[in-house]
Amino acid sequence: MDFDDTPEEAAFRAEARAWIQANAPTHLEAELKRAGFASSGIDSEDPMAASKAWQKRKAEAGWACLNWPKEYGGGARTPIERVIWGQEEGIYGSLSSPFIIGHGMCGPTVMAWASEDHKRRLLPPLASGEEIWCQLFSEPAGGSDLAGLRTSAVKADDGSGDWIINGQKIWTSGAQHSQWGLLITRTNPDAPKHKGLTMFFLSMSTPGVEVRPIKQANGQSGFNEVYFTDVRIPDDQRLGAVGQGWEVSLTTLMNERLSIGSGMSTGFPELFDFCLQAEVDGRPAVDDASVRSRLAQFAVKQSGLKYTGMRAITALSKGETPGPENSIGKLVAGATMQELAMFALDIQGQSGAIQDESSPMNARFQQMLLRSPATRIEGGSDEILRNIIGERVLGLPGDIRVDKDVAFRDIPTSGRK
Amino acid sequence: MNLDFSDDQKQLQDQIRRFLSEKCTPAVVRSGLEGGEPFARDLYRGLAEMGVLGVAIPEAYGGVGLSHLELCLAAEELGRALAPVPVASSIYLAAEFLLQAGTEAQKKAWLPRLASGESIGTFAFVEGQGRMTPDKVAAAVRDGRLSGAKSPVPDGDIADLAVVAARSGAGRGEQAISLFLVDLNGPGVTRETLASIDPTRSQARLAFEGAPAERLGGEGEGWAIASQVMDRAAILMAFEQVGGADRALSMARDYALDRMAFGRQIGSFQAIKHMLADMYVSATLARSNCYYGAWALASGSSELPVAAATARVSATQAFQHCAKNNIQVHGGMGFTWAFDCHLFYRRSNALALALGSLSTWEDLLISRLQGANTQAA
Repeated sequence: MDFDDTPEEAAFRAEARAWIQANAPTHLEAELKRAGFASSGIDSEDPMAASKAWQKRKAEAGWACLNWPKEYGGGARTPIERVIWGQEEGIYGSLSSPFIIGHGMCGPTVMAWASEDHKRRLLPPLASGEEIWCQLFSEPAGGSDLAGLRTSAVKADDGSGDWIINGQKIWTSGAQHSQWGLLITRTNPDAPKHKGLTMFFLSMSTPGVEVRPIKQANGQSGFNEVYFTDVRIPDDQRLGAVGQGWEVSLTTLMNERLSIGSGMSTGFPELFDFCLQAEVDGRPAVDDASVRSRLAQFAVKQSGLKYTGMRAITALSKGETPGPENSIGKLVAGATMQELAMFALDIQGQSGAIQDESSPMNARFQQMLLRSPATRIEGGSDEILRNIIGERVLGLPGDIRVDKDVAFRDIPTSGRK
Repeated sequence: MNLDFSDDQKQLQDQIRRFLSEKCTPAVVRSGLEGGEPFARDLYRGLAEMGVLGVAIPEAYGGVGLSHLELCLAAEELGRALAPVPVASSIYLAAEFLLQAGTEAQKKAWLPRLASGESIGTFAFVEGQGRMTPDKVAAAVRDGRLSGAKSPVPDGDIADLAVVAARSGAGRGEQAISLFLVDLNGPGVTRETLASIDPTRSQARLAFEGAPAERLGGEGEGWAIASQVMDRAAILMAFEQVGGADRALSMARDYALDRMAFGRQIGSFQAIKHMLADMYVSATLARSNCYYGAWALASGSSELPVAAATARVSATQAFQHCAKNNIQVHGGMGFTWAFDCHLFYRRSNALALALGSLSTWEDLLISRLQGANTQAA
């Protein structure tokens, strides 16, 4: 057992480190370090421009989308090299957040299902950050039960072969910045729900597409609703066969859980710092027995996630696939973060209710409190993740599905009698 | 990056698992619970013959001379099998005390006998209720004679050798405490087996009246040595706990697949499925923390105190969580004497207290993180 690099890994790390030192936007370092829980921290320039500039620079030197093939704009590197790059990129990695959905989910789906021409046209500008993608999956009527989606795609009656899209998507991250979207629709309401779906990609500037920001419970607007009114998509923008959309979506979702679940923070280091500074009854909070007990609980979760991640990296380093233990990441991190935020406010006493410039650590814990409910829902809710662990890891039987063999149009849509 | 055991180590683990699944049957585990011998003598001899007891003891002292990584995996299997044997007392503690603080003569005298299973060792530390502090140590050594009482002492009724923490010399606080080797078969020792929540590992009260005692380690260094050795033992015990948690989880999973209610396998109900998923989560976090502990133990890292407390807190909770929910998944049958669920429940709660309670280790963890923080700053 050791935490050392192999000679090859060490050589790659040195190369990556040297390039990053010579090329990273070091003038932004201080601002990035100041980043709050839900903000980039950058205010000296446009954060999106800063993100795009760094991504472009990486792409030109072959450091973008390290695990993608070179012909699609990637770096053709191994999974372990990608991990090492992430460790070396450090705080500058947070500049990549506008591209996470595209690189982690849309790109792999396009790579698996699109034609060669489309791959060569679409993937390089996605890798370099010149074009941003969003994922048009969730709907008001289909979240955890994604296959319950209702946005319809109907063949145009003019013989063009085009599809006409009508409906609404929701919780679309970054739709307002996106040039492209990955869109799942219902093409056959007479088939059982998983069988009548079809996947497309489309330009977000296609007529009839309207993006509206959602004002979230925490007051911010990171997500959008996207409305489709008679939007026309050519048939060659279909991914997979008509009716194969569910299968195509699984490519995306498997990638979603991997990319969101890896390396998530619980906020423990910040809480520990806070407890060293804050006072309870005139003494440092960390001296209080009940505080110490709770801190220890958070500490072992943080540590457990960290070393679970290192076990996965170990597997990658040996050229193996990480085991199912990786599936616990987001489930643990999301719930821990929420409890941790509540605890940090508890230490602040009645002043914990105040969220302004007087709040400790730039109101980080107040922001965390208000944002964390979303972490437990997005990218697979806690309940869906427990189902996945129960069924795919422990081998328990699936729930009995009452809507499995029913035509989609016959499935009830309201619980009210 | 290599946070995993080697193929050779995993192969050894498989051998130990196969041996235990054959020899450590439910009847063997239950013997102590049902009025039989206080430990499984034949099983212990078998483990000694396999080299499990001496796996991390150098060949010069009658051991196999492998590393603590192998001992970690052996511990995981002993925990999984609920083995009713005094390995924790004799190997994780007594042998470790000798290795860390013994003179050449002391090592030569005792380590071969502990490795062969011919003698059993233990650590006599606790005196009464609550967290142990130096002030609570009343047992004292004068002129090489020990007087006082220790209770509870794990395996104190079957051990031949005790490492005893006692007052001696002129120091104050922690410096008042030294360690002594006491031959429990010698004069001045009386023992009494205590009733406990887990009779598959016995506990005893030891009373000393002028028992001959030979110092182990320097005078006044007892508390510091004990703290180091208990950290090392905590990592090994955490592996036992993770093994137990894993087995309790797999029992619950198997039952959830087998048991039908309301016309379906109960594992298809989300109430049960999610309980099992949460058991998997806590067992996985604990396992990863234990691997961190194993690395620290084997590499002699300065992070060992943090890693030990982390592994200990995490594994204590995981085993308790999995053992109690294993009963819950089994429903009423889980609360019968005949089903094995209560054996895991008993063991998980007994191990949670051995080496100091959860709250003690939580407190130690935070102290050590504070120390690491000060050093880094």
